[in-house]
Amino acid sequence: MREPTPWDRVFDLVISATGDTVYMVGIATLLAALGGIPLGIVLHMTSPTGLSPRRITHRVLGAVVDVGRSLPFVVLLVVLSAFTRALVQTTIGPTAVIVPLTVGAVPFVARLVESALREVNVAVVEAAITTGASRLRLVRSVLLREAGPALVAAIGVTAVTLIGYSAMAGVIGGGGLGDLAIRHGYQRNDERILLASVLVLGGLAWLTQLTSDFIARTIDRRRSALRV
Amino acid sequence: MITVENLTKSFPGKGDHVLALDGVSLSVPAGTVCGVVGPSGAGKSTLARCVALLERPDRGSIRVEGVDLVALRGRELRDARRRIGVVPQGDSLLRQRTAAGNVALPLESAGMAAPARRARVAELLDLVGLTNKAGSYPDQLSGGQRQRVAVARALAASPSVLLADEPTSALDPETTGSVLAVLDRVRSELGVTVLVVTHDMAVVRRICDDVAVLEAGRVVEHGKVLDLLTQPGSRITASLLPEVDQAGSTPREVGQYDVVAEVVLVGFAAVGALLPEAAHRHDVELAILGGGLTRLGETPVARFKIGINGERSERALSWLAERDAVIRRAPRDIGGLAA
Repeated sequence: MREPTPWDRVFDLVISATGDTVYMVGIATLLAALGGIPLGIVLHMTSPTGLSPRRITHRVLGAVVDVGRSLPFVVLLVVLSAFTRALVQTTIGPTAVIVPLTVGAVPFVARLVESALREVNVAVVEAAITTGASRLRLVRSVLLREAGPALVAAIGVTAVTLIGYSAMAGVIGGGGLGDLAIRHGYQRNDERILLASVLVLGGLAWLTQLTSDFIARTIDRRRSALRV
Repeated sequence: MITVENLTKSFPGKGDHVLALDGVSLSVPAGTVCGVVGPSGAGKSTLARCVALLERPDRGSIRVEGVDLVALRGRELRDARRRIGVVPQGDSLLRQRTAAGNVALPLESAGMAAPARRARVAELLDLVGLTNKAGSYPDQLSGGQRQRVAVARALAASPSVLLADEPTSALDPETTGSVLAVLDRVRSELGVTVLVVTHDMAVVRRICDDVAVLEAGRVVEHGKVLDLLTQPGSRITASLLPEVDQAGSTPREVGQYDVVAEVVLVGFAAVGALLPEAAHRHDVELAILGGGLTRLGETPVARFKIGINGERSERALSWLAERDAVIRRAPRDIGGLAA
């Protein structure tokens, strides 16, 4: 039996790994939002009940998105390694993990955005149409604004999911809290590190959810988000 | 002024096409209020959606100030939409925008600069009596207030025509009054032509000059409300006028009179003085057996069931008819038999 790792060393390791996780998840969430929101808008617009119904485009995009969503993240991690290398010149470390994280999250965000936009009351959109609003204005001032709280919630859910995914990056030496928990905690049987990294990971996810809920509530002008 | 001509619209249904509008023609003179009524399924909503330019008819035209709007597309269609203000059915306000923000939407679409927009929004909120609610969100407003904001929004781009689709359907009678008062002001102060689609006869009574009855996609009756009232066989008369058969006018009582008839009286003078004068002039006993008084816009209107006794009963009745009272003879025999 080895000596347990001293707490101050555990602290240093966890702090550094937390930084990596926040970096990976933060950038990946941002990129996923940048890619997924426009994709979700297009999915909604082209749907049969959307503002510019295009059946074929909708079907094809929908299929691509669903296939993207159904691939397990661990598989994505491996499959994309060549693409990752071409993009960021490395396949290990936090920066390399951002690539599969983003690719995995874009279709996820797209579907969440599509369903958030679908929830916007048709009567409200039609009323805006009768005011002579252009399609761009309908998307920007009506759809996105009315669905604002739901969109914020979608991004929050995505970030929390990505925190979970990023833990899997430990498998390919991606760094971050998951990596720390698996390599130091599990494989070297270091209970202190395992405990600390799992606690921080959980706390991070919880804090992220809390923040997203708070923002969604703050921008929501409805009296209550709950409708009975 | 808005003119709808030969509007036809069908929807694909099970096997057969469902004909929602079957050659509807309708003309609303400038500055008047026209109500479109009819049973559910008659095509009212489809007509409203076509006029709102949300639905393209299969055939026919919709002209505002002489310009046909049906064939327009793209930018021209968007500009045309601002010539018809629409108060849609149900809750239609952006819930994430204030009352003022909602009213501003058409102005933003029209590209009006912010300072001019603010001034115009203030003017409109004043028109509908909601100046102090400018910063409130729809969820903080009552149903009637929300509907008045919708009216202000519909008027923002100064359209010459306003379409209101069931503007009172979700409101209680009291709030209905406030919304109708606003629609009435829109016509009288702004001279806007109003087309109001409704199943609520109170709307027709309160604000409509003209009324069109829609049935199975066709206009089966169209004219001035007051004219239709005195027209024999009109379908809406019954629903506009007070009921005549109330408790108290039992067949037994009816049988006591020489003549029993239903009279419709229109206008202050007729309602106020005609019946007593008829009794006095012809020296007959005249009793009101049922019915009541109502108001169409500013005009008092009454429908009574009267019983007349005396030698000159028939003469009194024709005297009433000569003075534009509409007389319908009650089926005397039945009353007689029961007595």
